Amino acid sequence: MHREFMMGNEAMALGALTAGVNVVAGYPGTPSTEVLETVARRRPEGVYVEWSVNEKAALEVAAGAAYAGARALVTMKQVGLNVASDPLMSLSYIGVKGGMVVLVADDPGPISSQTEQDTRTFAAYAKLPILDPSSPSEAYAMMCEAFELSEELGCPVIVRPTTRVDHGYEDVLVAGPEEWAHHEAEGFVRDPSRWVIFPALSVRAHAAIERRDAALAGRLSGYARNTVTQTAGPDARPRLGVATHGISATYVAENLGEKDDVRVLRVATPYPFPEDLAADFLDGLDEVLCVEELDPVIERALVATCGRRGLTVKICGKLTGDIQPSGENTVESVGRALDAFLGRQTAVVPTPAPPTLPVRPPVLCAGCPHRASFYAVKRAMRGRKTLFCGDIGCYTLGNAKPLDMVDTCLCMGAGINIAQGVTHVEPDTTAFAFVGDSTFFASGITGVVNAFYNQANMTLVVLDNSTTAMTGHQPHPGTGRTMMGQVVEKVSIERVLRAIGLTVVETVDPLDLDAAVSAVRRVADEPGVKAIIFRSPCVVLAKPQSTSAVDAERCVGCQRCVRELGCPALVPDDATGKVRIDAAQCTGCTLCEQICPTHAISGGERL
Amino acid sequence: MSERRCTNVILAGVGGQGAVLASKLLARAAMERGLPVKTAETIGMAQRGGSVFSHVRLGEGAVSPLIGRGRADAIVAFEPAEAVRQLPFLRAGGVVVTSDVPVVPVSAATGGPAYDLSAIMSYLHEHVGEKNLAVVDAAAAEAELGTARALNVVLLGAAARAGALGPVTLDDLAAAVRATVSPRFLDLDLAALHRAKGTVTFARSCVQK
Repeated sequence: MHREFMMGNEAMALGALTAGVNVVAGYPGTPSTEVLETVARRRPEGVYVEWSVNEKAALEVAAGAAYAGARALVTMKQVGLNVASDPLMSLSYIGVKGGMVVLVADDPGPISSQTEQDTRTFAAYAKLPILDPSSPSEAYAMMCEAFELSEELGCPVIVRPTTRVDHGYEDVLVAGPEEWAHHEAEGFVRDPSRWVIFPALSVRAHAAIERRDAALAGRLSGYARNTVTQTAGPDARPRLGVATHGISATYVAENLGEKDDVRVLRVATPYPFPEDLAADFLDGLDEVLCVEELDPVIERALVATCGRRGLTVKICGKLTGDIQPSGENTVESVGRALDAFLGRQTAVVPTPAPPTLPVRPPVLCAGCPHRASFYAVKRAMRGRKTLFCGDIGCYTLGNAKPLDMVDTCLCMGAGINIAQGVTHVEPDTTAFAFVGDSTFFASGITGVVNAFYNQANMTLVVLDNSTTAMTGHQPHPGTGRTMMGQVVEKVSIERVLRAIGLTVVETVDPLDLDAAVSAVRRVADEPGVKAIIFRSPCVVLAKPQSTSAVDAERCVGCQRCVRELGCPALVPDDATGKVRIDAAQCTGCTLCEQICPTHAISGGERL
Repeated sequence: MSERRCTNVILAGVGGQGAVLASKLLARAAMERGLPVKTAETIGMAQRGGSVFSHVRLGEGAVSPLIGRGRADAIVAFEPAEAVRQLPFLRAGGVVVTSDVPVVPVSAATGGPAYDLSAIMSYLHEHVGEKNLAVVDAAAAEAELGTARALNVVLLGAAARAGALGPVTLDDLAAAVRATVSPRFLDLDLAALHRAKGTVTFARSCVQK
């Protein structure tokens, strides 16, 4: 064992490797992405790793490996679990042979997600055991325990970190490769009575699951990570209790000292809920504050425990308005709630109102080809009744002014179908659906098939920057690279579209503005479903050839470039109104050169 | 709750300024001293030109990776508006080390709030207090070093000299730079740590440090 300073996601990857994981699959999504990347970077010979096409595929690949007796890990973010929920719900009934861990990263806030859903709730719905770590070190240890538990019970086990555990760093005591377990998979043993789901199997399996989880709940009361502690020592007789979990447990610890007389329950296994331990915790208490993030899972379980056991303890938390019902907890939000609960006074140092600060919403990078694509469509469709359906990726940022080119965004791949639905109601609208290359493969293709089959009238715009940019540049089927380091044949977006039946499929460089605008005009006027593929590499990966510069003599300070493009490299001078280009950011994409009315900008060279 | 021995530092800036790298460097420097370290930072959507921060907690006594409001010993800001944005986290008597060069967002030119540098700087002077504020002349540092790339290291060096990093010294940071920075940037980052000495304009009593 040795100490390494690492992120929670790296710790969980090493935990899986320590447990002898054989197969790892996932789909990128903040805050989960680094788990699989770390496995890929540090895996020994014989460990298979892939970025799957989406979370459903990833979960099924991992399930297949676990059917064959391998230890398998699948990684995703919380909304990815929605995509993977179909196989997961059934897999809960079928079970696994090799240990299988489903790592789902939740995102309280949300900081980088569409929803604030709680995978602890999902685990109870799916009837699968779930572990909820409080720190990178604990997350590391829990991965090994989760594999053991999964193999013993014969069902997948969920490990659910949240953003602050995923992306928090600390020095973690980890095993070196020579200490990692080696797990030999037995192979798939044919047994249709076990692996083929039918109602008769499900009837039996459901009853067995209920028996198993009831027994497991009792056993988990003795699990060392479900703890009851007292701030004033083991002999104190506190009347007040705090129930918490995950990262919130650390905020509770930051806000409690020896002067407080409180009993603290920390729940590491929200499902099955360790009710016997909870009853011990409740014994002798008058009131409990549940400090949770996302859903009031522990709070509801404690209310139920009191009801079942006839205990008269008041349970407070989100449901009583004592803890914020949504959003991320913080050290101070928990501190305020504890102050109120314990009747403490904490001196508040008022901060005088600051001056108005600039706002910094995330923006498309300087030189991003998505800016050019959106601008070309905007320019081509000026004056027409249009609908611009967006999707999930960097290009969601096309919503920002001045582009303002995203009318809808729902979930991965949705834009293509939303566009169809709107035009059924408003046939006179010229509808566009923007989708990135990775999202196209993840869940866009079925939408195009649906549109083509059902005779929709819309333009698909594939923003192909040949990477999964938003989550940190993961390879996908269109990149010709795999996570195993192989160079493979690329899946061609053009050929996929033509195979579906589309006859109008144009590929254009969006940074060639005139060509891009005329392609949009031409394609949008065709009947039926048609596609434009805007192809230009992500500027974060590509090396700029040269940068653009403004000739101050010729710049008349009209700021058309700033107003139309909103590129962060274009910096207007407050005094003169003239524009300067920040060479540190400029990639020489030439888009501003192409729209400058006085031709004052030059020197760029597009990639 | 009251007697924590750890040093709490917040690094603040704009996506791309190297806040995450700086926090790694600071963590490494502290670990070379044998101190436990916890950090939390912004990763993901906010990196695209958004405000970014790293919370770095050095020494025993830290449980949570996040620092509570009013509990940071120091704020090291690569950009003055971001220093102000993080100011509610500073404890009474805490230190602020900031660059004086603003990064003006696109939003300021497209209808969002303007960037009022003088209001921001005078707010810092007024509310941090002269003896706890160190302003780094980032333009001079850039001119000396020939690049703005090492601004994060310049600020860390200035913070160490201002005594803002608790037990972590300039030598610890230099050791961390040698251990982690690629050979291509090693000389630049070491120069940024040391040569920045002349470019730091400490407000009054900080000059003595």
